[in-house]
Amino acid sequence: MTNFWWIIGGVLFALLNTAAGLIWVERRMLALWQDRYGPNRAGPFGLLVVLADTLKLFFKEDWIPPFADKIVFVFAPGVVMLSVLMSFVVMPFGPHVIVADLNIGLLFFLAMSSLGVYSVVLGGWASNNKYALLGAMRGASQMISYEVFMGLALMGVVVLSGSFNLREIVEAQRTMWFIVPQFLGFLIFLVAGVAETHRLPFDIPEAESELVAGFHSEYSGMKFGMFFIGEYLGITLISGMLVTLYFGGWLGPAFLPPVIWFAIKTFCFILLFILFRASMPRPRYDQLMEYGWKVLFPLSILNLLVTAAIKLWLNN
Amino acid sequence: MFSLVRSMWLIFLHMFHKRETYQYPEQKAPLPARWRGRIALTRDPDGGERCVGCYLCAAACPVDCISLQSTEDESGRRYPEFFRINFSRCIFCGFCEEACPTYAIQLLPDFEMAEYSRQQLVYEKEDLLINSEGKYPGYNYYKVAGMAIQGKNKGDARNEEPPVDVKSLLP
Repeated sequence: MTNFWWIIGGVLFALLNTAAGLIWVERRMLALWQDRYGPNRAGPFGLLVVLADTLKLFFKEDWIPPFADKIVFVFAPGVVMLSVLMSFVVMPFGPHVIVADLNIGLLFFLAMSSLGVYSVVLGGWASNNKYALLGAMRGASQMISYEVFMGLALMGVVVLSGSFNLREIVEAQRTMWFIVPQFLGFLIFLVAGVAETHRLPFDIPEAESELVAGFHSEYSGMKFGMFFIGEYLGITLISGMLVTLYFGGWLGPAFLPPVIWFAIKTFCFILLFILFRASMPRPRYDQLMEYGWKVLFPLSILNLLVTAAIKLWLNN
Repeated sequence: MFSLVRSMWLIFLHMFHKRETYQYPEQKAPLPARWRGRIALTRDPDGGERCVGCYLCAAACPVDCISLQSTEDESGRRYPEFFRINFSRCIFCGFCEEACPTYAIQLLPDFEMAEYSRQQLVYEKEDLLINSEGKYPGYNYYKVAGMAIQGKNKGDARNEEPPVDVKSLLP
């Protein structure tokens, strides 16, 4: 039982530090890709910018607009943190480093990441601000429609491994990572994952050039910080999921411990997310929906059907 | 699709390019000689001040940050009694430098003039005067233009040409 609490504590500690550290990583990487240095003054390599940023967020005026719906306004930022942290419960960081070994792990992940949309909708609605409401509306429809084929793309993995349990999915990749047979599914899940965390180029709910800051326009101080950290946790979650489902999770050559392999692979995907932000323009809102429903949705169904057919053919 | 991957790759390669940043306090950016920064009053080669208190700079200034009072010394040479520039107003447009007939007022490539109080940004004549000829070394306005002294007008001496009557050049 004590082992269990150690795992919970370790996972929480690692995740929250990763999310905070990503502030520095993202600024530094974006700067490198734009021929700048990025934060390099506070502490070694500017690492203390994380501390400075957090202190700044804590000491900012935490303002609740008089026209806002106070209870929901305070409640909304917590939802995103909570739902993303809950998704990590089923993530296998190593052979025995898993908080809850649920046999419906993948479904639990999908359910929790869908709950994240509540924070966007409630935050935008409670702000009682036109831009926030527009952002929330866009966020809701984007996340709901991308959810659909996010789940469908994952079903290919489920068909191949025959399990919803994430630990068993990782074990099923001992001979071959699922990136090879499920390359299309991987691409679809990647796009859907970017849209799910509403990261650039799919940051349409917050689109700062059109909607001020979208659903969190009215937020300040640590409440904004929660959205901020929630977004970074979301990146970590989707990266971890990509690794677990398609890149063999903690599997790797024996000279490094499995948890380290998982961390390295996840970090590569986090860097890919930042590279997306550095290189791609934001699509128009209707283009996003059209792309989702007319291209990715049929493709994910096709992927599922072909995978299932091949699986059946091989079994017979 | 291909172009997206290509642009991602190209941007990834930027990681290995040379940085554009100047690490400012340690490493100064090279400023061109004509960079418009701090305003100074220059001196002629003999060490006298060039300014003749004609008010043209104050008239040209779009934000009215220059204020001065001209006066005359015993020989009738005009000079500013006080000369004051309020740098909290100045927009560093350089119109004063263009207006100045004697090259006295000049903008220097220097921008490090931050102060903790606004009042400190008001520069008096002694703050503005520099011990240099600025961008026009060797130029002395009165050596070029000539000057009337007691008992002799411009162009009266043996090797002097009479001054051009500027009004006759009008069309």
